[in-house]
Amino acid sequence: MSLVLPADAGDLAEVTASETSLKRFLHGLPGVDQVGLEKRAATLATRSIKKDSKRWALDLAIRMVDLTTLEGADTPGKVRSLCAKARRPDPRDPDVPSVAAVCVYPDLVATAVEALQGTGIHVASVATAFPSGRSSLDIKLTDTRDAVAAGADEIDMVIDRGAFLSGRYGQVLEEIVAVKEACGDAHLKVILETGELATYDNVRRASWLALAGGGDFIKTSTGKVSPASTLPTTLVMLEAVRDFAAITGDIRGVKSAGGIRTAKDAIRYLVLVHEIAGADWLHPDRYRFGASSLLNDLLMQWHKQATGHYWTADRVTMD
Amino acid sequence: MSDRLDVRRTAKLYLGGKFPRSESGRTYEVEAADGRFLANAALASRKDVRDAVGAARKAQPGWAGATAYNRGQVLYRVAEMLEGRRVQFAHELVDAEGCKPKEAAAQVDAAIDRWVWYAGWSDKFHQVDGGLNPVAGPYFNLSVPEPTGVVGAIAPQGSSLLGLVAVLAPIIVSGNTVVVVTSRERPLPAVSLGEVLATSDVPGGVVNILTGDAEELAPILAGHLDVNALDLTGCAGTDTTELEVLAAENVKRVVRPPAEEPSFEPVPAGPRRILAFCETKTVWHPKGT
Repeated sequence: MSLVLPADAGDLAEVTASETSLKRFLHGLPGVDQVGLEKRAATLATRSIKKDSKRWALDLAIRMVDLTTLEGADTPGKVRSLCAKARRPDPRDPDVPSVAAVCVYPDLVATAVEALQGTGIHVASVATAFPSGRSSLDIKLTDTRDAVAAGADEIDMVIDRGAFLSGRYGQVLEEIVAVKEACGDAHLKVILETGELATYDNVRRASWLALAGGGDFIKTSTGKVSPASTLPTTLVMLEAVRDFAAITGDIRGVKSAGGIRTAKDAIRYLVLVHEIAGADWLHPDRYRFGASSLLNDLLMQWHKQATGHYWTADRVTMD
Repeated sequence: MSDRLDVRRTAKLYLGGKFPRSESGRTYEVEAADGRFLANAALASRKDVRDAVGAARKAQPGWAGATAYNRGQVLYRVAEMLEGRRVQFAHELVDAEGCKPKEAAAQVDAAIDRWVWYAGWSDKFHQVDGGLNPVAGPYFNLSVPEPTGVVGAIAPQGSSLLGLVAVLAPIIVSGNTVVVVTSRERPLPAVSLGEVLATSDVPGGVVNILTGDAEELAPILAGHLDVNALDLTGCAGTDTTELEVLAAENVKRVVRPPAEEPSFEPVPAGPRRILAFCETKTVWHPKGT
């Protein structure tokens, strides 16, 4: 396995010591070969997955879903029904596994926590002025503490893209560190919003910045900006996580969110995870899908594999 | 003898308004009734059925949502388009079915007339089957036939144009969409019909034409849970018990095959075939002061 990062990258603590050293480190990261990257992602997407592997992958993909509802019109009732679906995605078939987590806005965390008590399904909450991240640090930290106090054990924060794009990396890093501290025991997922970062080089820099700041997961998108998650951006992020683990020994995860709607897409992402990060990352603690409608297609394909008949949307719940 | 190059035809599928090759890449040789080589046709596969049903499902709400009047106009438009290609179709029928040119022309005319006949029914069969029900209570009670959804159809193996039209038109006139498997030995008139449909205002995905082997594809259609009805007219004379068992899983409407392939020339006595692919919706509405 070839590391993207030079072996003499040195100690990350040293790198993050000052704004200058941070900038030097991030801009010293090797540039991404856009054509090669997109070609690689496209090639891996053509891989044919045969019967048994497909069943295994579909099962795994269901267990990796962060079932998400992030709409202004969300209600406690909608969140409760989403939680019911998270526990038993197909009420008629106990063989279908539960999903990894339910992801909601902070004010609905308490509802989700109550509905998921004793199930082992995590409750994730977006925080820090989601989705734009444009607010003062105080408000972002209060937002985070609120969600954690309400019982969220995973926090999805957004980075300040304005600061990142104008080169104020120190500020972005400080925010991530502060939010991580405010999270306490809760896991922190750092949303890079790759759709706004413009280049793959920036995605790579943002990934390293988020990992250095202590993010347990790096996440592609909020789902509110198009393009959301794509295979090439996920590939760049998986490389960062892989290299980070190789250098520091610290295992972090990746979450692809937004625009993944079909089981076929999900399996393509899993191929990527396996090929780039390695088989160790094929686990809900290390890779997640942020999605809502994806689960229905996964269920339909899961049943197709189990019964041999093509399934129908009539037999899965509407969201 | 002209020195032009032959412009050979590749007979492809008609799927979601496009003309793709089979996903599997398979083809088979189509011969004329006298054994001459005619063309290579796509041999549709399981995944083509999957894609076709997907396309049909996607197109169904829009087609059913069009007004009955509009659907009638679209069916009439198919007849118009066919009228302009009578010679081509007659020629293809002579090749495919080995009939005399005069017979072939009569078949084409009958097929065109059948489109017009069903076009006329589009806003009339509701009155034949539905209406006001007398009930013991202060209610208006109305029943109307509504399209069942996506229909899988096996086209007649012998009558490759008129038989196909006699199966297709009654399915789609009410707002259903259809995945039809053509005659295996005589697929070319169906392929040409696809080209007519593509240029006659029938929205893409409403009719999906798969050339290939009904024996291979019928069980997949029958077992597909997103197919709402099954027309087995083309399985005439075969035992379809297995297909009907598969179809029972999601309670498909099944039109069972006749003992042997009938002549499709006589105009049907009424809209029975249309209604075979409809569900009755009944509405209770309170009345009084």
